[in-house]
Amino acid sequence: MELSPADVLKIANLAKLHIEEDDIPDYVTNLSKILEFVEQLNGAPIENIKPMAHPLDVMQRTRADNAVAVTTTKATQANAPEVENGLYLVPQVIE
Amino acid sequence: MHDKTITELSQLLENKETSSQEITQSFLERMRIIDPHLNAFITINEDYALQAALDADKRRKDGNAQKLTGIPIAHKDIFCTRGVKTSCGSHMLDNFISPYDATVTKRCKDAGMVLLGKTNMDEFAMGSSNENSFYGYVHNPWNPELVPGGSSGGSAAAVAASLTPIATGTDTGGSIRQPAAFCGITGLKPTYGRVSRFGMVAFASSLDQGGPLSKTAADAALLMNVIAGFDPQDSTSVDTSVPDYTATLNDSLQGLRIGIPKEFFSDGLDPEIATAIQVAAKELEKLGASLHDISLPNTELSVPAYYIIAPAECSSNLARYDGVRYGYRCEEPKNLDDLYKRSRSEAFGDEVKRRIMIGTYALSAGYYDAYYLKAQKVRRLISQEYQNALQQVDVILGPTTPTTSFALGSKTDDPISMYLNDIYTIAVNLAGLPAISVPAGFAQKLPIGMQLIANHFQEAKLLNIAHQYQQVTDWHKRQPEMNHQG
Repeated sequence: MELSPADVLKIANLAKLHIEEDDIPDYVTNLSKILEFVEQLNGAPIENIKPMAHPLDVMQRTRADNAVAVTTTKATQANAPEVENGLYLVPQVIE
Repeated sequence: MHDKTITELSQLLENKETSSQEITQSFLERMRIIDPHLNAFITINEDYALQAALDADKRRKDGNAQKLTGIPIAHKDIFCTRGVKTSCGSHMLDNFISPYDATVTKRCKDAGMVLLGKTNMDEFAMGSSNENSFYGYVHNPWNPELVPGGSSGGSAAAVAASLTPIATGTDTGGSIRQPAAFCGITGLKPTYGRVSRFGMVAFASSLDQGGPLSKTAADAALLMNVIAGFDPQDSTSVDTSVPDYTATLNDSLQGLRIGIPKEFFSDGLDPEIATAIQVAAKELEKLGASLHDISLPNTELSVPAYYIIAPAECSSNLARYDGVRYGYRCEEPKNLDDLYKRSRSEAFGDEVKRRIMIGTYALSAGYYDAYYLKAQKVRRLISQEYQNALQQVDVILGPTTPTTSFALGSKTDDPISMYLNDIYTIAVNLAGLPAISVPAGFAQKLPIGMQLIANHFQEAKLLNIAHQYQQVTDWHKRQPEMNHQG
């Protein structure tokens, strides 16, 4: 599977990554090589095999929907780039 | 002091022949001298360690000590540690001070273990050489021109160089076992769900598992007694009883059936490693085990399946780094989209970006069936193959890696060549099995690792075999040259 520069930019946009113009050829080469490598899966004998999402093949356990405080809002927000009155600040969304 | 196992250090503490403060000081002094040459640590917090040692000595004096109270440890910088930087080897989390402890960190703390520092690693645990760290390369103690392996390269190098007597790591596709093999130490990847993932920064949630890197199997057993067990805070933690991992270390290997897959000895394996592993298998035969040829025909498919599943999970997990709530934020974002894109692009390294993009692509509309669904089917195929093999034999034996350690910078431009380094380890994660790497010889003065794989929750069996092997061999006692200098 050979990706084009446009494919790389589309994937980058979906992944919320900015790729510099100069780096596009490297991404085209490396991502194409990886996709070519995984194409080995096309020959796999997987007819009638169900997909496996969990390595122990079990359903994930759930718990009662009770809030459990692991830490405080204040301690958590100490790591935030910008907060005000307990709210996270981001650039203006609606112009 | 620094060359002692935690089994020995624990005995010295119990006999009151030394104190935790004395042991801790000794390791901290050694780290000051040696670590500038290895770069095994991202954070060393001497005050924190010395206070913990003081507390451990008091606890022992008060008669409240546990087996590992006062024993130093280093955590891979992927385990959240309250009040301490937890970077995951990334620029993204360079400013992140964890507000809580991972369960592994907390269990070690509650046992009275002394945290010496946080070890270097490939960024977000993505890598097999520790060359993808924001904090620079880690050097292999056996030869500083070579890689220590990855992603738990800092932990492996630190144990091999005796900067810490034991360390934690995580293993998503071989990240405990491969660096353990490259650095000549013991590394155990437990069953998926055996050790809590709570507070362990997520890379690929259906594959990640924490475990010990140690000098001996007996030491790994002691640490497993502390970190293994059910954790309600981790929805993937399994609620089943935990044995005393030290209780069966001395069990006889009489009657043990060992399977040797022919696919693990095919092209690409260094002939010196093949010979060393065959010699090791004979050693186990002498201890009473029987050797059986088995086949795992789809071994080669494990790497391509992994390189869809792991990036898919990574692209989802790493979506949380958005420059809003924690982590790196770019300067003067023009709008929200610019904030996301520049924060992520400026703070993630090349390999992380590559994997996010592969994962995003594999999960995108129109490609899901062709990649992700197919990889999940191959995952079941591989898992069934291991289950069939483990019906015939008790454990599977082979090399941990196809080569010994390689030169720094020699594979960084070729991701596929780097990925193939994990050919013998990756299937174990896809199948959720436990596996251990044990030192089993040398090739050109570099350590060789032997891998043993067992069925789910049979870590005690692996530790028993590894321990018995270490009673009749001395590969695990060999030390890099630098250890004789300080």
